[in-house]
Amino acid sequence: MSPRRPDPVDVDRLLDDPGTGIIVCCGSGGVGKTTTAAALGIRAAERGRRVVVLTIDPARRLAQSLGLTELDNTPRPVAGVDTSAGGSLDAMMLDMKRTFDEVVLAHSTPDKAAQILENPFYQAVSSSFAGTQEYMAMEKLGQLRAQADREGTWDLVVVDTPPSRSALDFLDAPKRLGSFLDGRFIRLLMAPAKAGSRAYMRVFAFGANLAATTLSRVLGGQFLADVQNFVAALDTMFGGFRERADVTYALLKEPSTSFVVVAAPERDALREATYFVDRLESEGMPLTGVVVNRVQQLAAPGISGSRAAAAAEQLEDREAAAGGRPALTSALLRLHADLAQIVSRHEGHVRRFALSHPAVPLSTVPASSTDIHDLPGLREVGAALARE
Amino acid sequence: MSAPPLSRVVGGVRLHVVTGKGGVGKTTVAAALGLALARQGKQVLVAEVEGRQGISQTFDVPPLGDEEVRLVGHASGGELWGLSVDAKAALMEYLQTFYKLGRAGGALERMGVVDFATTIAPGVRDVLLIGKVYEAVTRTTGPRRGHGSLAWDAVVLDAPPTGRVARFLNVNAQVADLARMGPIHSQAESITRMLRDRRSVVHVVTLLEEMPVQETADAVADLASQGFGLGAVVVNQVRDPYGDESLLAQVAADPAAVADQVRADLAAVGVRAGPKTVDGLLREAVDHAERVALEQELTAEVDALGMPRLSLPSLPSGVEDGGVAVLADALVAQGVR
Repeated sequence: MSPRRPDPVDVDRLLDDPGTGIIVCCGSGGVGKTTTAAALGIRAAERGRRVVVLTIDPARRLAQSLGLTELDNTPRPVAGVDTSAGGSLDAMMLDMKRTFDEVVLAHSTPDKAAQILENPFYQAVSSSFAGTQEYMAMEKLGQLRAQADREGTWDLVVVDTPPSRSALDFLDAPKRLGSFLDGRFIRLLMAPAKAGSRAYMRVFAFGANLAATTLSRVLGGQFLADVQNFVAALDTMFGGFRERADVTYALLKEPSTSFVVVAAPERDALREATYFVDRLESEGMPLTGVVVNRVQQLAAPGISGSRAAAAAEQLEDREAAAGGRPALTSALLRLHADLAQIVSRHEGHVRRFALSHPAVPLSTVPASSTDIHDLPGLREVGAALARE
Repeated sequence: MSAPPLSRVVGGVRLHVVTGKGGVGKTTVAAALGLALARQGKQVLVAEVEGRQGISQTFDVPPLGDEEVRLVGHASGGELWGLSVDAKAALMEYLQTFYKLGRAGGALERMGVVDFATTIAPGVRDVLLIGKVYEAVTRTTGPRRGHGSLAWDAVVLDAPPTGRVARFLNVNAQVADLARMGPIHSQAESITRMLRDRRSVVHVVTLLEEMPVQETADAVADLASQGFGLGAVVVNQVRDPYGDESLLAQVAADPAAVADQVRADLAAVGVRAGPKTVDGLLREAVDHAERVALEQELTAEVDALGMPRLSLPSLPSGVEDGGVAVLADALVAQGVR
């Protein structure tokens, strides 16, 4: 008896449900997260939702097709979307440094903001810290959601996640950044500046001194001074970073949020998907299902790979005996046999994943012979997702 | 722009940095390159820095740690060793070496200093990671540093993906503004000298797909403008051409014209094929021709980068089951020495 295949992801129900407010597309790099996010966005918009898609790092031509020619951190309407059902589609590309700058500007006086923006440590953190992109993606998501609630501009936010080292980074990075900026060490660094913390300092004096001395020996004294200034400025500006990260985390846990885990039919991508699915489940986060992109299909499924290979061989034997004509058909059969081998490899990977996650809805999207970078292509992906 | 010969970007190279867009098989290629070099009788170390354990999975060995582990030996006497560099362990080792910290290291860990330095202090993490690679590249077998012969003939670094690689390698610029003096600063300077030496090159792995090729072009321009030595472009997962691509192209040009003949041929070898199956086979040829055309276009784009091109075959059953050895053979056959 063959194991039951998991149910497919019911994409249209997800998109049509007014209770769906946020869709997060996550997965490892190179699996087509942005394509999936854009395809879901267009489909939702053409089915009447007012959608904004937040992309992180789209392929150039895909970005162009969404009208994302300038990176100005503001959603813009996407041209060419069918709005007859009453929906609309805006799209934007994340500018992480700008988003961070905006957070600073929005929460402090102009003087203080200028001081922070000029701090070398701030400049480094805002443009290169490995977790900043994740943090700012979540920050922007929060902003878009707040704007949607406030102005009624959108009723669905679809977000793509950064191409992290691991798919889990985007869940962990905000917390990590928050907890370090709020952490004991940072508190200690700042302690001399704060009155009333002397007793605390005495207890930890040895450790703190050792820590500070070592860091300044390793990194140089200026570095520590920059860090202290930066943290002091941020601290007085807006509560704890950790608190902020907690708010984002809570937003992701709301029932109106849906996670769609995107993968490719390869070992590594599905392993990342497994980590992600397990993590979402253990955190009680709303997982809608898994989408496996670029699964090879056969246009002539009626002939098995081995049958095609055998037939090709027969034809080639005949050709060797008689000459000419069947070569063309044997070439077709050889191609078919190779495709069938890829199909069975892809199916094997997907099946192994499904076996260990029988309760997780799973959909596959057929591989396209060329890359997807226009609205019709994205509509096709959307239709495939909805199994039309 | 004509590409330099492969020998110039592989032969005599001590540090091979391998990058590529996520999902193109960067780790597999790094492993295959290491294996190919080990087969020439070399002592080779392959190091990963992102904690993914891709190398141990490729060779089907237990997870690697911060100790170098022998992965494969070869009849030529060559050996391939593996290492997974961890920033925290590197920092502790570093503090130990330079400051003889002893048990105070544990206190630093508890204070969150280690986390701070390895996770949030920008650039420090990268300096530590590359620092460990630098140590391996420059290590000698003699009793003191700089004495005896070099411990490794070549080191292959499975580097971060194209989007982050230039920043990763550009450690000096990263820490220069922050740490203006101190050991991290001087460490960064030594590393930068090594990375810009002509015996260090960056190889970029791509697939014949639009986005990876685009990212390859962006990364190559970026790396070149920052003065890093470029190695080869490694095109991964290249499908074998079919015996006669022109036949398939002919089918694709006018599928309807050959439908009857295909049906007759199939019938002649006992394959019962309805119109749907025949159309399906023809459709597959049309798709194939489209893909081939796209791949040719992208190959031309890759060649325009002016780097030698290495091709690795697509393995229909994937890289599991010794696929990496097949790829290493392919590299050797194309002149990787």
